[in-house]
Amino acid sequence: MQRNASHVLRAVLFAFCLVLVSTMVATPGAAQQPVKVGVVTFLSGAAAGPFGVPAKQAAEVMVEALNAGGKVPGYHAKGLNGAPIELVIIDEAGGTTKQVTEYRNLAQRVDLVIGYISSGDCLAIAPVADELKKLTILFDCGTPRVFEDASYKYLFRTGATSTMDNVASAMYVVENKPGLKKIAGINQNYAWGQDSWNDFVATMKVLKPNVEIATAQWPQLLSGQYGAEISSLLSSGADVVHSSFWGGDMEAFVLQASPRGLFKKSTVVLTCGETGMYKLGNQIPDGTIIAARGPFDMYAPDSELNRWFRKAYMDKFGGVPPSYPSYKMAQALLGLKSAWEKSKVQSPADMDKVIASFEHLTFEGPGGKVTMGLGKGHQAVQGMVIGTVKHEGSKVTYVNVKHYPADKVTPPEGVKAEDWIKSGFKK
Amino acid sequence: MTEFLAVLVDGLIYSSWLFLIALGLTLIYGVMKILNMAHGSFYALGAYAAASMVGYWLNHGHAPMASYGILIIAAVLVGVIAGPLVERGLLRFMYGRDEMVLLLVTYALFLILEDVIKLIWGVDPYFVSEPYSLLGTIDIANLTYPYYNFILVGVAVLAGGAVALVLQYTRQGKLLLAVIHDREVSLAMGINVSRFYLVTFTVGTALAAIGGALTAPTVSVVPGMGVEVIVLAFAVVVIGGLGSLQGAALGALIVGLVRSAAVHYLPQVELFCIYTVMALVLIFRPKGLFAAAEVRKI
Repeated sequence: MQRNASHVLRAVLFAFCLVLVSTMVATPGAAQQPVKVGVVTFLSGAAAGPFGVPAKQAAEVMVEALNAGGKVPGYHAKGLNGAPIELVIIDEAGGTTKQVTEYRNLAQRVDLVIGYISSGDCLAIAPVADELKKLTILFDCGTPRVFEDASYKYLFRTGATSTMDNVASAMYVVENKPGLKKIAGINQNYAWGQDSWNDFVATMKVLKPNVEIATAQWPQLLSGQYGAEISSLLSSGADVVHSSFWGGDMEAFVLQASPRGLFKKSTVVLTCGETGMYKLGNQIPDGTIIAARGPFDMYAPDSELNRWFRKAYMDKFGGVPPSYPSYKMAQALLGLKSAWEKSKVQSPADMDKVIASFEHLTFEGPGGKVTMGLGKGHQAVQGMVIGTVKHEGSKVTYVNVKHYPADKVTPPEGVKAEDWIKSGFKK
Repeated sequence: MTEFLAVLVDGLIYSSWLFLIALGLTLIYGVMKILNMAHGSFYALGAYAAASMVGYWLNHGHAPMASYGILIIAAVLVGVIAGPLVERGLLRFMYGRDEMVLLLVTYALFLILEDVIKLIWGVDPYFVSEPYSLLGTIDIANLTYPYYNFILVGVAVLAGGAVALVLQYTRQGKLLLAVIHDREVSLAMGINVSRFYLVTFTVGTALAAIGGALTAPTVSVVPGMGVEVIVLAFAVVVIGGLGSLQGAALGALIVGLVRSAAVHYLPQVELFCIYTVMALVLIFRPKGLFAAAEVRKI
């Protein structure tokens, strides 16, 4: 009896080992190991609705299409040189300190990271990327300081900086309202709002040195109640009101200011206005100047890639059009794919080759051409587009759309934004 | 002169909004000695419920003027559902514990409710702006104000007045004053303290929800809208004295006027002016402006 039992046991063990070994041996024609891409974007908090979720959704649409192959115009090859892309998405909420910890954890699980909407997070992550030697692509944050203050090997940014948003807004305003005398501003009282207003005012001072600043309002971020601020703006008599408000703050401002006639009394410039247009377009009166952080959404040049992207996104997400964070995420993924294919690597272990190919790369995104032309080839440069709202019946259209080429609204390599503006935009 | 008038009007409107939010908080503290960190979440729940109900009402083509009533109904519903659920289901088991424990419990509740809101309504913004512009506008001090802002002022005065009247002139109100003064003696005298706690918490929750519901037409209803509000409500209640109704009113008035003046004359200080007021008040009156005189227990 004992001998039979031990025979059976040995047979079972042997069979088990056979199965184990056979699964470990790569069979010819087996699928390539997926490339794990970490994505960090706001999935909770105030920035989720307007930015984080549209970006995440764009990542899902792009990766699904890229992995299928033959769907994305201009990018027909499957995945990354055949390897499927696997997304690992985490939440950017929780503050900078937490995000650095999350990044360190994520870096152990993925081959590269794409992410970061908050400028604070970008500035904190930048040195860690080089420390961990992990390819990291910043896709959205606006602060010019990332590549103005330092150089990086493993860090790239496929979205342009926010300098051009406000420089171009000021140029547009001066071109369209040459007789303007007074300007006012209402911006959230933190780095984004302060930088936006400073760039706008600095540009105005160069283009129209006698312009008077009637009032500059500084409500707290996420305050949501702007009654007194709107009263102050109304009584300031400003010709132009500048605002870099985003998300719920921008929407509350529009809802509270519109019935009080602010948009009629002054021309309001919303540098982040595009994200609110889909839901709030009917409340934003004619004559309001809207920017989209670049050639995105309604300002994207017509191309097969743009048409495909919009349709794929709207089909998947119930008819809601992609907004600029969606475009910028798609741009980051396509930049990665271009660099990957240019370098012809077959495995994430050769990341140095991908990085070498990414530097100074030019590629096509749904918003048009992107050139990695600053930050020693690590910072993208794109033109800026601004337009004015005009309602035609119930439809929102944009008139007077002006394109500003990149070199007109972005400082050259090695020059800080504020110095460049003060010099009179010296090339 | 017109600028000064604008400061007054803006200050009054903002004060009313603050008072409506702070009233429920100070009432709950005064009666139950609970500093309800979840107050902001009830405010947010009121806003979301109002946005959903009024949105549904208007989308089905019903009379827009009735939307004002729907706002209040939505808020009251939030109060009578969420209030008893939280009080009976959670807080009831914590009475008698240290105030810090109760604070932590309500803080945990706040975090949970923030996620519950996201589970039910998602992260996208909700709009229900029709009631805001429906009643038209009025020009004061060369500035245009929607009439809706003055509805807010009216509701704040009504709510404050109603609570004060109930406390002073009704039998139940006097019993509640007894409970506020000394819980143990009230129990000993046969007052059903437990029922008063339930009613007070429900009323406090409903007041927070009314604040949220009336704010909803002026903003986009987004996740996290309750967070900012709780900080402001605390500041107002601390300035006025925890548990004091007149304190909440005066605190709201002072904060509203100071903030309005800052916005009009010195916008850079607007960010911290409310906390400067709080610090100044606390230096001279550490327990707030209307703090009850305390007998020192040896």
